[in-house]
Amino acid sequence: MAQRVGIIGFGQTYHRSHRDDVNGVELINEAVRAALEDAGLTIDDIDAVVIGNMDHFEAVNYVDTWSVDGSGAWMKPLIKLTTGGTTGSTLGIAGYHHAASGLFDVVLVIGWEKNSESDTTGAIITCSDPIFDRFSFSGALPGLAVEASAYIKRYGIKEEDAARVAVRDRAHGANNPYAQLQTPVTIEEVMQSPMLSWPIKLLDICPRSDGAAAVIFAGERKARQLCSQPAWVHYTAVRHSHTYFGDVDYTRLHTLEAAVQELYHHMGIKEPLKELDVVELYQPYSFAGLKWIEAMGLCKPGESPRLIWDGVTDMGGELPFNPSGGVICTNCIGATGLLRIGEAALQVMDRAIGRQVPDVNLALATGFGGAYWSDLMLLGKKPW
Amino acid sequence: MEKVELIHLRQDVDLPYHWAAGRYGSMMLRALRDRKVILGNRCPQCNKVYVPPRVVCGPCFVQPSEVVELSPAGILAGYSVVNYPFIDPETGQKRPVPYTYAYIKLDGCDNYLSHLVDETDPSRLYPGVRVEAVFRPDGERVGRLQDILHFRVVD
Repeated sequence: MAQRVGIIGFGQTYHRSHRDDVNGVELINEAVRAALEDAGLTIDDIDAVVIGNMDHFEAVNYVDTWSVDGSGAWMKPLIKLTTGGTTGSTLGIAGYHHAASGLFDVVLVIGWEKNSESDTTGAIITCSDPIFDRFSFSGALPGLAVEASAYIKRYGIKEEDAARVAVRDRAHGANNPYAQLQTPVTIEEVMQSPMLSWPIKLLDICPRSDGAAAVIFAGERKARQLCSQPAWVHYTAVRHSHTYFGDVDYTRLHTLEAAVQELYHHMGIKEPLKELDVVELYQPYSFAGLKWIEAMGLCKPGESPRLIWDGVTDMGGELPFNPSGGVICTNCIGATGLLRIGEAALQVMDRAIGRQVPDVNLALATGFGGAYWSDLMLLGKKPW
Repeated sequence: MEKVELIHLRQDVDLPYHWAAGRYGSMMLRALRDRKVILGNRCPQCNKVYVPPRVVCGPCFVQPSEVVELSPAGILAGYSVVNYPFIDPETGQKRPVPYTYAYIKLDGCDNYLSHLVDETDPSRLYPGVRVEAVFRPDGERVGRLQDILHFRVVD
């Protein structure tokens, strides 16, 4: 890369199930203004803009042009990216690439969604192959339930184990004034919530949210000049795999395994549980908080319930997960992966008010989507 | 804060598409329609048999050469009983619930076929249970994957 890159600003909207008070452009503008204010910049300081969402949720296909007033991209280099659930993490990685190339010094990255504007499941089904997958595909929830059904059978996982993950994230979400869901829940409440798609119950799964996030990336010279403590990008890894849902091996999350192994190898991380300080995991449902931390190499397959029940991933634990409350508390899909990056950056910058993990040196943000795709971005206190 | 009226506009979109099934997809759909046979194809490099048959094995990036007739029976690899209503973009209507969405590993095949199982009691379903395809009767098959009506559990 031509230059090292740091995150110097982050803004997000107040996420709700329905933000009827704003249209999409106004929602985007809210996040952009918050990010500019956070970084102490004006729109004139921005050299390029990267924006994205899942366009079938709002049925506006030229989001880059349609939103240009709100994004501030008027007469600037602008690109739209969309990769399904990984849209937000793709956006962050692309923003990093833009700055790291040396061609742009200050890059504004925006992810957003207004999930209230369509039937989320109906819209998401249109991501699948129209000939062979679409008539049976049932959206994200049953797609994940299929993974859970195979995982719990193989390792004897209990539904209560997953409920404990949801309880953790809902407790954390109570500390985040931006989260859609800010009320804690109990194991009993999760277990007694309606069965939506066996074995996933209402309180095991993320909500659908309206919201936007904006993150400002800057090349090293600008980052040092504009920000006393940037969150430096150390490494990114991307694994996108299959076309058909039937091609995925649901017993393991191979994409996350491969991505973390690349990242750990590159960074010389031998014991991630000890060496990472906080993780913002793109965890759309509770069972993923078990299986996917095994894919991250934090424990052996089938052993994650012990870590969860012992509080290892709670605030105050050895490796806190999702201090923001994570995806279980807020899921404005095109923004969700970028929220993970923004929240991880706040942790590194020591600015996660009400949800700060002490002494964060390394923070990992992940993205998930599509046919079980995985993205990673590792942020650190010092430039890598 | 003063309460103001916020306006929503609803639009129901009827937007027809015509999707090409392609050479391999058409081969599979013709076999379903005309012979009640499920086709796959085998990658000469990794030796995996895929359903639906396809122009390229993604991981190897090699063209599968051998067409394989697959068994209509196999095992349930993963499933979910869907209980919540949503708009089906196939029809524009609510998809009737409950129903069971399933990934089926056909005998002799290395990946899964996404389809439906006509059993919605989770206690009668588990990964590994044997299932078989139920085809629509002659005259009702039109050359689409739904020519397999569903899979049924074989006790």
